[in-house]
Amino acid sequence: MLSNVRTLWLTFLHLFHRSETVGYPETKPYMAPRYRARIILSRDPDGAERCVSCNLCAAVCPVDCISLQKTEDQGRWYPEYFRINFSRCIFCGLCEEACPTYAIQLTPDYEMSEYERPNLVYEKEDLLISGTGKYPDYNFYRVAGMAVPGKDKGEAEREDPPVDIHGLLP
Amino acid sequence: MTLGFGILEIVVSLAAMLSAAAGLTWVERRLLGFWQDRAGPNRVGPFGTLQAVADGVKLLFKQDWIPPFADRGVFILAPAAGMATVLLGFAVIPVTAGWSVAGHLNVGILFFLAMTSLGVYSVVLGGWASNNKFALLGGMRAAAQMVSYEVFMGLSLLGTVMLAHSFSLVDIVMAQGRMWFIVPQFLGFVTFLLAGIAETHRLPFDLPEGENELGAGFHTEYSGMKFGMFFIAEYAGIVLIASMITTLFLGGWLGPVLPPVVWFLLKTGLTICFFILLRAALPRPRYDQLMMFGWKVLLPVCLLNVAVTGAAILLFSPTG
Repeated sequence: MLSNVRTLWLTFLHLFHRSETVGYPETKPYMAPRYRARIILSRDPDGAERCVSCNLCAAVCPVDCISLQKTEDQGRWYPEYFRINFSRCIFCGLCEEACPTYAIQLTPDYEMSEYERPNLVYEKEDLLISGTGKYPDYNFYRVAGMAVPGKDKGEAEREDPPVDIHGLLP
Repeated sequence: MTLGFGILEIVVSLAAMLSAAAGLTWVERRLLGFWQDRAGPNRVGPFGTLQAVADGVKLLFKQDWIPPFADRGVFILAPAAGMATVLLGFAVIPVTAGWSVAGHLNVGILFFLAMTSLGVYSVVLGGWASNNKFALLGGMRAAAQMVSYEVFMGLSLLGTVMLAHSFSLVDIVMAQGRMWFIVPQFLGFVTFLLAGIAETHRLPFDLPEGENELGAGFHTEYSGMKFGMFFIAEYAGIVLIASMITTLFLGGWLGPVLPPVVWFLLKTGLTICFFILLRAALPRPRYDQLMMFGWKVLLPVCLLNVAVTGAAILLFSPTG
């Protein structure tokens, strides 16, 4: 019986405790920079699309919410379309881990509710941002040994000129 | 008192009672929130005060479903009976000396006890007519619980009646001019409080509902405004028991400085808050524990209280 009275008293004291509730739309919680929410496609420092449509993200996606088609322009690979169905996405971040060019990245923006389900399918225009995201200096074509306009084979960073393997000279 | 004024009084009392009961749902959720370190409903209107209105509108627009296997007539009658008995019980509560529908009724306490006893029918019939095993179990529990707690609900008030020499609630309040009855009748107060909680089947004693084992107990099959009536009847029952406690043990409208109405509302409100605190703090006992507590602890305590009070009155009364 006494323990009941004690319980009553201790519960009553909670009237003077601070509420743990975060009044969400008014006060937003802190989101860490690495928080995994809305997915974006970043651009390289020169403003070109980073995505080379290697399909690794689509392959690794456990819920198959990514769909893309490769196209080519003067040696550079682009996605012809890049589509993420956010009504399926589970924000696991595996696509970001799989991406070899830092193109696909997850951001702390989680406010993406929609009244109609089709609006949750994001096309490439919705996904592409104008900046570089978390990796400001990285440019895939500057370090990769692919020939693109303005950069021939052997001209990439830390790349030697190509060797003529049929030549006899040392 | 003219007839027109009497009717006006009844209408005002009914409206006040019903809106208090509806508003109480908000008060309860808010207070529970505070006691659990969260905010409670605070979105609809200022501080969430219109939450009760929103809930009412929602309940009105819900499908009013009567299961095909239910006993139709009784099924509809049960919530109405619960509501009616609680509202009738409020008739004898004197808010102030001059303001009560039937506060001077010379069998006021008996009328109140009769109305709370009739309230059992609402729960039992609701559980029975639903033709559902969980509802029936809830109804049976309610019957056993309310009948056994009613036994000493009456007994716990006997001491008060003896001290006041009257069954009329106005007279009982008047008799508390020198000292509130909570002091000489502390045991009576505690037992009546516990019986009142059991009577309104409020949370430590809400076994008729027992969400975790019976679905929703006796109102499992109820929906829409019929459920709403059970719901409002429960809250009106809390207001009724709280105002009874105020009247019988806390000196009713008596108090210094403030006007009598304010004193009555203040005491009733604090008692209601205590009811909600009980809900926030205490777990539900097992069913056999509940019955054991009633028959083996509270009933003897009540009898002891009656005996001691009677002896004291005989000893100290000027005539004896």
